[in-house]
Amino acid sequence: MIPLSHVIIFSLIIFVIGMVGALSRRNVFIVLMSIELMLNAVNIALIGVSSAMGNMIGQVLAIFIITVAAGEAAVGLAIVVALYRNRLTVNVDSINLLKW
Amino acid sequence: MSWAQLFFYVFAVLGVIMSLMVVTRRKAVHSAIFLILAFICFAATYIIMNAELLAAIQVLVYAGGVVGLIIFVIMLVKAEEDEVKQTHGQWIIAAFLALLLVVEVAFIFLGSVAQKTGHLAARMAQVGGNTEAVGVVLYTKYLFPFEVASILLLAAMIGAIVLAKYKLER
Repeated sequence: MIPLSHVIIFSLIIFVIGMVGALSRRNVFIVLMSIELMLNAVNIALIGVSSAMGNMIGQVLAIFIITVAAGEAAVGLAIVVALYRNRLTVNVDSINLLKW
Repeated sequence: MSWAQLFFYVFAVLGVIMSLMVVTRRKAVHSAIFLILAFICFAATYIIMNAELLAAIQVLVYAGGVVGLIIFVIMLVKAEEDEVKQTHGQWIIAAFLALLLVVEVAFIFLGSVAQKTGHLAARMAQVGGNTEAVGVVLYTKYLFPFEVASILLLAAMIGAIVLAKYKLER
């Protein structure tokens, strides 16, 4: 079996890559994809813990996370489409109406 | 080192490389293609960790559904081409936070690792396989969260339609 610490480190690396992408890219699609990567990192950690602990609860939680990620992608992309109709941009720097 | 372990590390390294490509590519379509490859590598590691059902769901829902949706919207929305600067000033803060998180969690998990308390494959074989084992837990102990998740999906669907349709009605 794979040691749990290696699975957690793998998940951590993916989460950190997604976090840096979500915080630092300007293209809104790449920000959304980075958020998907972060959600997937959580899935990897849950499945690794489920495999190491020997019960199914981690896999059931991963199914719920996949549900939430699908809903998040649909709503996020709808927001992008609505935003593009109003502002004609997909650059997160120019979407700053609420920034102080 | 067994073959399963070897393949886990191969797919883990490939997944990390593909994830790095996702966040560093200039065009969003290239990022989406690398995202599909990353999700397939993650699905391979799920299989090695005894989660065959989730590997199938990963390929169907993520690589097929979510990335397909993202590519459709990329085609609908015209992005600014040949932008010189791809990142904004937050990347220093982002890199610092990422480094902090890596050090913290790696320190915790390399120090004290929870030991194995049961063998998952044997337990799944009693019920009849991975899908059956997940189904039994999902439809008995987690039935109420399952129904809540379905309502969440319904709300997300209605919300997405309303948000994307808003301007068309005038």
